[in-house]
Amino acid sequence: MPIPVGLMPEPLHPVDTARMKQRATLGWAPLLALLATACGGGDRERYPMTVYDPKSDFARTLLDLQNLTLYLGIGVGLLVFGLIAYISLRFRHRPEQPDPDQVHGNTRLELAWTLFPAVILAIIAVPTVQTIFETQRKPPPNALTIDVVGWQWWFEFKYPVNGGRDTVRTANEVHIPTGQPIHFRMTGGDVIHNFWVPQMGGKRYLIPNHFNSIQFTTNEPGVYLGQCAEFCGESHALMKLRLIVHTPEGYARWIQNEARPAAEPLDSAILIGKQKVTQGACAGCHIIKGTQMVGRTGPDLTHFAQRRTLAAGILENNAHNLAAWVRNAPAVKPGSRMPAMPQLSEQDIGYIVAYLQTLE
Amino acid sequence: MSTTTHTIPAPAAAPGPAPSETGLWSWITTVDHKRIGIMYGVTAFLFFLIGGLQAVLIRTQLAVPENNFLGADVYNQMFTMHALTMIFLALMPLTSAFFNYIVPLQIGARDVAFPRLNALSYWIYLFGALFLISSWFLRLAPNVGWFAYANLTEPAYSQGVNVDFYVLGLQVLGLASIIASLNFIVTILNLRAPGMRLLRMPVFTWMALVTSVLIVTAMAIFTIAVTQLLFDRFFGTMFFDPSKGGDPVLWQHLFWMFGHPEVYILIVPMLGMVSDVIPTFSRKPLFGYNVVVFSGILIAWLGWGVWSHHQFAVGLGPIAESFFAVSTMLIAIPTGVKVFNFLATMWGGSIRFTTSMLFAVGFILMFTIGGISGVMHSAAPADLQQTDTYFVVAHLHYVFFGGTVLGLWAGMYYWFPKVSGRLLDERLGQIHFWGTMVGMNLTFFPMHFLGLYGMPRRIFTFSADLGFNGMNLLATVGAYLIAISTLVLTWNLVRSWKRGQLAGPNPWGAPTLEWSIPSPPPDYNFLEIPTVRSRMPLWEEDSSKQGGIPHGRAQEGMDTITLGGTRVAEMEFPDEPSLMDPSEAHADHIHLPPPSYWPIILGFGISLLFGALIFRHVTGPLHNLWYLSFVGFVTTLVGIFGFALEPGHDH
Amino acid sequence: MDHAAAATLPDAHPDHLDTSTGVDSRKLAFWTFIGSECLLFGTLIATYMVYKGASRVPPYPHDTVVNGQAYEGILDIPLTSLSTFILLMSSVAMVLALSAVQRGDRAWGRNWLIITAALGATFLGFQVYEFNHFYHAGLKLSTNLFGATFFTLTGFHGAHVTAGVIYLLTLALLVHRGRIGPEKSITVEIAGLYWHFVDVIWIVIFPLVYLIR
Repeated sequence: MPIPVGLMPEPLHPVDTARMKQRATLGWAPLLALLATACGGGDRERYPMTVYDPKSDFARTLLDLQNLTLYLGIGVGLLVFGLIAYISLRFRHRPEQPDPDQVHGNTRLELAWTLFPAVILAIIAVPTVQTIFETQRKPPPNALTIDVVGWQWWFEFKYPVNGGRDTVRTANEVHIPTGQPIHFRMTGGDVIHNFWVPQMGGKRYLIPNHFNSIQFTTNEPGVYLGQCAEFCGESHALMKLRLIVHTPEGYARWIQNEARPAAEPLDSAILIGKQKVTQGACAGCHIIKGTQMVGRTGPDLTHFAQRRTLAAGILENNAHNLAAWVRNAPAVKPGSRMPAMPQLSEQDIGYIVAYLQTLE
Repeated sequence: MSTTTHTIPAPAAAPGPAPSETGLWSWITTVDHKRIGIMYGVTAFLFFLIGGLQAVLIRTQLAVPENNFLGADVYNQMFTMHALTMIFLALMPLTSAFFNYIVPLQIGARDVAFPRLNALSYWIYLFGALFLISSWFLRLAPNVGWFAYANLTEPAYSQGVNVDFYVLGLQVLGLASIIASLNFIVTILNLRAPGMRLLRMPVFTWMALVTSVLIVTAMAIFTIAVTQLLFDRFFGTMFFDPSKGGDPVLWQHLFWMFGHPEVYILIVPMLGMVSDVIPTFSRKPLFGYNVVVFSGILIAWLGWGVWSHHQFAVGLGPIAESFFAVSTMLIAIPTGVKVFNFLATMWGGSIRFTTSMLFAVGFILMFTIGGISGVMHSAAPADLQQTDTYFVVAHLHYVFFGGTVLGLWAGMYYWFPKVSGRLLDERLGQIHFWGTMVGMNLTFFPMHFLGLYGMPRRIFTFSADLGFNGMNLLATVGAYLIAISTLVLTWNLVRSWKRGQLAGPNPWGAPTLEWSIPSPPPDYNFLEIPTVRSRMPLWEEDSSKQGGIPHGRAQEGMDTITLGGTRVAEMEFPDEPSLMDPSEAHADHIHLPPPSYWPIILGFGISLLFGALIFRHVTGPLHNLWYLSFVGFVTTLVGIFGFALEPGHDH
Repeated sequence: MDHAAAATLPDAHPDHLDTSTGVDSRKLAFWTFIGSECLLFGTLIATYMVYKGASRVPPYPHDTVVNGQAYEGILDIPLTSLSTFILLMSSVAMVLALSAVQRGDRAWGRNWLIITAALGATFLGFQVYEFNHFYHAGLKLSTNLFGATFFTLTGFHGAHVTAGVIYLLTLALLVHRGRIGPEKSITVEIAGLYWHFVDVIWIVIFPLVYLIR
């Protein structure tokens, strides 16, 4: 069932619709963008994953620290570049010029330019250490803890529901409410991955047998893009995610819907699709709650039709893309753990797609 | 001959490198540090061109969004091999080429301490490099990044031979660097001419020493890490396999304990090169020699305590992160000191902007940008946004390209006349310089923004709607410009080797010992080992006689090479008898070590011992070729005995 | 070899000049090599320590109780103490060998070198026995982290001892033939450096692996 309009945030960056105009392909565009950035504003429209548009306390803290280092760095850079320009013009060799004075050094000057960087670094070091400790405090008791697991090549998110007795699993789309501290508890399922949603803050590795965490609070509903940032194998580039921020009410509805078992088929064609899915190859890896499917190696499909995208955020979730994915996943995502399904006829695929699209 | 200003025609008798023996066999068996230096230089430069081709292919793939030029797996091989080729096959051996050729000349030695070990390290390098690069031609190259983070490299996730090439190739190449560095350490400490105290050595020699110490220590750690990975892949151990209790983060620690010093291995020699180039062309001594030397040592020393700043996103805990953040910041102090000392050297000087000097100044500028972004990384929480994005790609290329490569080119234009006897063409040099500078900034500067706008590293493609398009295209255009400029350099090297203007012993009027002997130097370098009385023997000792810094070895009989109205070089015809020119009678009494074929045999044996193991994971009839490993083992044993017991060599 | 320079005195080499530090170049090279070796062994030892107690399946090195079940430790401390003692004694023999060569005593120079090598070979014999015993008790490289770290560390050391034994026997032959006299005793001295280093490394490995639980 679709979530009522108004509670569901508009996706700000639909994947396939209205592809950005050609504006960014102009060579000078980045320089203008640099100016825009330097003037303090991030251009979210143009750069959906920019760190210059922080939407959480965590991301804002990091950006403040980065700006401090950036401005100090630009100052030092201008000093060095200015000196070089001056020296190059002023002390150029001129014909018949006598040899310059053979100066070997000057202790006082050298002491001065040893202390100069030391002072600048002290200015950076103090807030750095403060921020390190500040951002790694224990999560507050009212935090919403969500488990994040990285797989080749998709993200799994686990929510405790019904007082912790049950788990809601989603893939590549993580839903959170505004206003509540969010605590991501992260680990690797197979190899090392790196969870990153730039507007919510910094990265953390998802490492097998290790448990990392980040925490943040956001007050801005919306859809935020993320991507795996640590090289994790062949399709590393195609491992994306969306972080969807709801109002608290919208989130409550969403999680309530997710906690229900899968929708039952309403007509016979869908029922055929269900049989093909639950009794076919899909059952080896996927789970659909409310059916006999219990596979654990692939994403949970119970509310598959709720997702905006498929194949780790690289395709819009529509019938055409889904059919292509079911037919031959490795053709869409090289190396995909989901094999091609040459045994399925186009008709079979049609039934399967029809069923999966009812899993609201 | 009067001092005139004109273009010098190429003389009939080209000096070229004129060692007493020519022919292939003489090169295969040579133990002369100059020839080995040339072999290192030529081989490494060819690999530099291959690494550049890989970069161009990478940038072509990323020129437009959702491109299918390379595809995922080939792209992953490409970026891995670009790093491996550039670091292990091109830049480290290129610095090794300079160490080999220049360091013995700078300290007044006739060769390195162990000439045959020197040849051995070259042959191991050559065979190891051919082994590694063959994987790229076979499209079976390592595809896990040069950092090869476990547990992606474990057999469960990387079947096939790709990672085996990484493991076996780097095992062999690491050995070559360790052997070469042992040799340089002993050479620099033990073969200095009388009076060449440690604090009189040219800074380039100093930095060669520092680099060599880093290599023998850091490379040892890496050797073990790679061995452990080899055992995981070949013998079923689980050092980095979390499913059996191993810890993939251990690999990261071991890798970066090597990997961070490795960064300094690639930059410290160039800090030395520009420390020699800048004073020469400013006609002023290096400002604060002691401070420059000690800050180089300090950079290397601190380089040991910062490895985890590559791992701020790993979750090391706040205490470790704070430690590594602050230790990383500390490195900026000696680095900054060096930059200011370079500026102070130029201040008040009489600066000639030869191509070499231009590259040295370009080095300072670009390395400063790399340093600034480096300090930005050291703020660990901010780095959580920057790490694993194109911001890091920008940073590391400002250090490796803006630092290492520009520094190398400064050294190349500076010392090429010593090696070949002829100057590189200045006009082509200027084209090369400006093309490279514009190209590198077009390529790498936008990457800062790409990173901060959210583009992760190591992705073979990107979506069109993320705002990455324009800057990626710009970067690709810049990469092509760098490639074209590098071809200009290549042409310049080829052309000038035989047809460049004659250089004479000291075309730049430089102060250090290598410029006191003919270009190219005779087999024995110094007819008589000079006695050194100062840091800049050719300036300070001669100036007392002549009342000024020499503009070349002889004040009279000079010809001047001009560029845009400025004298950039002055030279002396080689048929003028030089003060140091040997008479045949004298030269006969200098005994040089005889050539030896054992280095190539031993080098081949060691490479075969490791290289043949690649067939272990090949199925089909080729599998049995892995038994060649035993042949390699036997060859190695025979080689060691032959090497150790060869008559005429004392060790 | 028809190189012009080769026709002249073959052993003439630039480093026959006095070295700048006064230390023989080969000796300096060896010390540097040992520095590098320290990091090689250091990394192996560090890996062993990091994974101490991390094995998920038996055999374990020491007596252990896991989930209420007792396992007997596989290491034989008295036996290895004996082999450690033998290796230490070989260092004494090495000192005597060098002193014999330095004073020009060819026979005892050769004999002590052979004795040193023999003691080293005995140590290796103990190690072969130990490895064989472990293998049959179910401990292989691929069994658990203890197997992986133990065999790589001690095996790497054993390989050094093996190389050392061959090295010493070669020198013994050269001494026997009179090719290494007092004037070339530096060759034996360097071999001694290597041998003592290999012993010292074992003195570090033995308590860390065998004695500390």
